[in-house]
Amino acid sequence: MSQDSTVNQDAEGSAPLELPSDPQRRFWIGATCAAGGVAGAAVAVPFVGSFAPSEKARAAGAPVEVDVSSIPPGQMRTYEWRGKPVWVIHRTPEMLEGLSKVNGDLADPNSDRPGYTPPYAKNEWRSRKPDLWVGVAICTHLGCSPTPRFEPGAQPSLPDDWQGGSICPCHGSWFDMAGRVYKNKPAPDNLEVPPYQYLSDSRIVIGVDEDNPA
Amino acid sequence: MAGEKNVETTGLLGWIDHRFPLTSMIKEHLSEYYAPKNFNFWYFFGSLAMLVLVLQIVTGIFLVMHYKPDAQLAFDSVEYIMREVPGGWFIRYMHSTGASMFFVVVYLHMTRALIYGSYRKPRELVWIFGVGIFLALMAEAFMGYLLPWGQMSYWGAQVIVNLFAAVPFVGPELAVWIRGDYVVSDATLNRFFSLHVIAVPLVLLGLVVAHIIALHEVGSNNPDGIEIKEKKDKYGRPLDGIPFHPYYTVHDILGVAGFMIIFMAIVFFAPEMGGYFLEFNNFLPADPLKTPPHIAPVWYFTPFYSMLRATTDEFTWILAGSSVIAALVMFFKCKGASKLIVPLILLAVAVTLRLIDAKFWGVVVMGGAVVLLFFLPWLDYSPVKSIRYRPGWHKWIYGIFFVNFLILGYLGTQAPSDIFNLMSQIGTVIYLAFFFLMPVWSRMGTFKPVPDRVVFHAH
Repeated sequence: MSQDSTVNQDAEGSAPLELPSDPQRRFWIGATCAAGGVAGAAVAVPFVGSFAPSEKARAAGAPVEVDVSSIPPGQMRTYEWRGKPVWVIHRTPEMLEGLSKVNGDLADPNSDRPGYTPPYAKNEWRSRKPDLWVGVAICTHLGCSPTPRFEPGAQPSLPDDWQGGSICPCHGSWFDMAGRVYKNKPAPDNLEVPPYQYLSDSRIVIGVDEDNPA
Repeated sequence: MAGEKNVETTGLLGWIDHRFPLTSMIKEHLSEYYAPKNFNFWYFFGSLAMLVLVLQIVTGIFLVMHYKPDAQLAFDSVEYIMREVPGGWFIRYMHSTGASMFFVVVYLHMTRALIYGSYRKPRELVWIFGVGIFLALMAEAFMGYLLPWGQMSYWGAQVIVNLFAAVPFVGPELAVWIRGDYVVSDATLNRFFSLHVIAVPLVLLGLVVAHIIALHEVGSNNPDGIEIKEKKDKYGRPLDGIPFHPYYTVHDILGVAGFMIIFMAIVFFAPEMGGYFLEFNNFLPADPLKTPPHIAPVWYFTPFYSMLRATTDEFTWILAGSSVIAALVMFFKCKGASKLIVPLILLAVAVTLRLIDAKFWGVVVMGGAVVLLFFLPWLDYSPVKSIRYRPGWHKWIYGIFFVNFLILGYLGTQAPSDIFNLMSQIGTVIYLAFFFLMPVWSRMGTFKPVPDRVVFHAH
């Protein structure tokens, strides 16, 4: 030990207030701090990781099979898929007609923005079959569930030429009958169309399609 | 070693003082802490904030004895506390009223700091710790509001957690990580419970201690905004200072008595405060499939919530335009390297304002409105601290700022509409301009002479 503490002591045994710097000791202090820092960061990993969804939460996203034949025209049903409300709307021919009238007022009428519309729903109805619309009723702004306003025409807080759709109670985004968002509203994207498939003319399964096997 | 320490006290206190600096701590922080003698009404709110903190901790401890942090049981356990636990309603209403009154008291405490310049040198760290307390308090209130698991709890948490999803690139994963699930669920409730009762209160207490230690290091400001430490008597005590104990401890007891009359009146007669302290929709159990027709945060978040809603795609044009104008001004005003760097940063901000979704900028404006407060000590260039000696029109600016903040708060409680949206956009511009233009306006005008000694009239 070249840096034994007795080296710097005077006759009384007290060390000077400032010791000369020792590069070797500084190096080991630095190395110890670095190793300790790495160990500390490594310990943080499992704690940070514990915030992620558990295996149970991951497994809870099972597909949902629903019978759509009983939904009357102009009405909708809400189903729960992965904890989110999924709307299945049986649109009338008038509702489908209204879709093309509002194209000019929409932010993304052709659903070109990625991530919210599967390829089979990238059409003027945003659905596999024109009459039935399947969509996640969670506003793409901050996650509230929109309120249905399917009835066309003048009504409170909506324009006189309203063609039917839904509005978000939280921040006032408007959506048309295909879940497409209006321009200059807080929500940036159209409502998400979840993966879904027809099992028969009257039954669909939500959460499964060609790209998302059950 | 204990025997070598020199203490004046004897007996039990002497025994303690040999081993723990009890007497010297009491002297440093109470009986020999000299506070200016001209404190007025505004100076009640610091000690009242401390009182409410204690109330919240004590009532919180008792609520946790009966509450169940489980999505299936939480709502019912709160109703159980309200109806079946003896005195449970009283403890719970004290806690829920305490949450709102905490913000009342803290907002008034911050107003005091603003008008008397209590954040100016040498009190910058007192202010920064204080803003830290405000942030911790917001986190505490937000996570506590989820626990009753009512409709407002659920959808409020849904909205606020989704704010993080607006962050470019990592947003959606970040939101899932915070929730611990793909939607707000049992996992979210459990972790918010843990953070609400353990983590954030510990941070809060640490910050309060730092806030007070920093304050006692530099000494309290006063309504005249002058340093009492500059005029001392022959014993080294400030001429305009009086010992905190007994003078201000007794003074503050008066404030406590007045405050408790109001506080208990609310607890007993209007605990819901017309839907402002406890929202009516929160008496319905959480339903993940149905958002209530009108949702708004609790009143203390609404000014910032208004700014979030105000930031639409069109509004980012105004922000981007302001950024470009600021870049031009800085280019002509600055010297040296910052002549290029600052304008370039501002131009980059202007460009990204138009490139990234308005949703993200709404979150930035809302968060920035709070974070801006941290920089306040370095935005104010006025030669005097207190509003008393500022030019008359400065009072109007402060008046407009406070009224604007209240209007933003009102708008945040209302359902969105075109006219309200326009009003909150104007309000957001006023709020931001107050701070960003402060380096300009705060040094303009004719300032009044500041007296040598504090203005004080004995009763």
